[in-house]
Amino acid sequence: MIRFEPRGPVSVSRMLAVSLAAAFAALVLAAIPMAFAGLSAFNAYSLMAKGAFGSLFAFTEMLTRATPLILTGLAAAVAFRAKLWNIGAEGQLYAGALAAVAVGTGAISAPAYLLIPMVALAGALAGGLVMLGPTLLKTRLGVDEVVTTLLLNFIILLFVQMMLEGPMQDPMGMGWPQSEPILDEAALPKLLDRMRIHWGLVVALAAALGVYFLLKRTVWGFEIRAVGENAAAARHAGIPVTATFVRVGLLSGALAGLAGVGEVAGLKGYLTADLSPGFGYSGIVVAMLAGLSPIGVVFAALFIASIFVGADSMSRATGVSNYLADLIVAMALLCVLVSGLFLRFKVRFIGAPSTREIAK
Amino acid sequence: MIEIFEILLSANFWAAALRIATPLIFGVIGALICERAGVLNLGIEGIFTAGAMAGWMAVWLGAGLWGGVLVAAFAGAFFGLIHAILTVPLGLSQHVSGIGVTLFATSLSYFIYRTALPDVSSPPRIEAFQPLDIPVLSELPFIGPALFQQTPLTFLALFLVLATAYLLYRTPLGLAIQAVGDNPSAVESQGLSVYAVRMGTVVAGSAVMALGGAFLTMSAFDAFFFGMVNGRGWICIALTVFASWRPGKALIGALLFGAFDAFQVRLQTEVGSFIPGQLFLMMPYILSIAALIFVARRADYPRALLVPYFRGQR
Repeated sequence: MIRFEPRGPVSVSRMLAVSLAAAFAALVLAAIPMAFAGLSAFNAYSLMAKGAFGSLFAFTEMLTRATPLILTGLAAAVAFRAKLWNIGAEGQLYAGALAAVAVGTGAISAPAYLLIPMVALAGALAGGLVMLGPTLLKTRLGVDEVVTTLLLNFIILLFVQMMLEGPMQDPMGMGWPQSEPILDEAALPKLLDRMRIHWGLVVALAAALGVYFLLKRTVWGFEIRAVGENAAAARHAGIPVTATFVRVGLLSGALAGLAGVGEVAGLKGYLTADLSPGFGYSGIVVAMLAGLSPIGVVFAALFIASIFVGADSMSRATGVSNYLADLIVAMALLCVLVSGLFLRFKVRFIGAPSTREIAK
Repeated sequence: MIEIFEILLSANFWAAALRIATPLIFGVIGALICERAGVLNLGIEGIFTAGAMAGWMAVWLGAGLWGGVLVAAFAGAFFGLIHAILTVPLGLSQHVSGIGVTLFATSLSYFIYRTALPDVSSPPRIEAFQPLDIPVLSELPFIGPALFQQTPLTFLALFLVLATAYLLYRTPLGLAIQAVGDNPSAVESQGLSVYAVRMGTVVAGSAVMALGGAFLTMSAFDAFFFGMVNGRGWICIALTVFASWRPGKALIGALLFGAFDAFQVRLQTEVGSFIPGQLFLMMPYILSIAALIFVARRADYPRALLVPYFRGQR
């Protein structure tokens, strides 16, 4: 018989231990599908480590992959803090990318120091507005935001495809469904010569710090946490619950939108409908692995990014499918959910009452 | 206008509506019984994928079509069991666990498919289910081709609607399932185990969901494609709310949905050149959101939905 006994306040070191244990458990469990594919775990992980950390190029590729994951991770973390279940970061990312392309491909010409902020703002605004709909449907009509945000992902992706085959298609693109390239003035500068790593990473790190201070040090942050812990009690205490949900929704969507801006303006230079390999969904795993802590999101995103980049490289070397990476990431989510139990509860294993006790 | 009537009056259209509705019927019935027991199962999208892959692969490996259906159901039950363990005795977040199960089931299905078939350019095909030829009924004018020339899985789906309604409203087990979704502590006081009822229901519901996936690869198509589920699971979650958690209304909702989808495909061929195809493809998702908004005010959620139950605690 197992019994769960509630624990008191949670220390940072215990949270860290729980996340590390979950990440480790996922890596251990992944040995099973690896064996199924005829790959030894040691061999696989050394190839993956080499692929993510083996050279300066590998390391910058990993950081480049982590950039959108930090932002979508923050989007999920800030929303989940308020128990606003935004599962729509994938769609909000595409909305942000679409807005960035709409502003950055020549509609406005301005010097870089003006155009880059305008592109970023447009992307953030688009992402935020996409999340405003489900948020208002939740607060006004009680429509479950999980389903609406999930369904919006499909609607937005189709909308992007429609725009890329229609009004926003690149006339010089040989008929491919892709947007015009963004102007040089709208492109985020690279951080290193001859590498793909770009200023989006700095923006993402700044966003993590910003969200940290917002949650920790401001009234709005306090309100977000209060609503997340108990919305009814928060309302009773005079906290504007609806306004808080709206703020969280806008912020969460804007962060995901920024991830889309970074991918377009920092990395690809133009928009295609396969811009994101599921960054929005992986962001949920990042946020959960981080225990919804904004600083933790940065480290969790680095972990998930090294799995993805490492698995790509492992896959090229061995021919084993890189869906292995998605599998590890999914298992990490389930593991962190279970190990979270040890955070909130003491787990006691209680034997059946002994015969002597019964005899009494 | 004439075209619209022509579409609605063709038997072909109604047959397509029923065919499109079939996976949704499996999905909504599966989601509905899980939620009736108080457990939201967002694993549905992944369970669809797992059912589609596992059923197809079993047939491809020579298990026979009904063997494939059985394998799909077991695959669904397996992922349902994971969700059940995490959300019922462990009482973890049903939202996060469901998303986790979806990611896990989807990536595991893709990984197994890619590992078994490392480099095929076109997906291998199987001998899929063929439409049944029912004596007399299939030959009725209009009604025959519209309703009775379907594959066996469609009839299984319709049968499951009746069976679920009977189970929920006419059997003690059904009452127990409804009770653990509404008032679990009352069930415990009757000497029934809330855990056992909830876990069993989630496992069974997930097996039913997986049949919706199996229909895709074994009836609607004859191969497995990446991304073929394409949000059908989420649509089922929306339809469950639309159906007020009632099997009969679930059937009506799925059929309406199928009819609408079949209609827009035919309309598209009429006016396709003026309106981008994506607008039509968006319709199912927009319609699902609209359905949710439509019933939001009077949705009568099972009262203990999303609420974990801990023994000896009220």
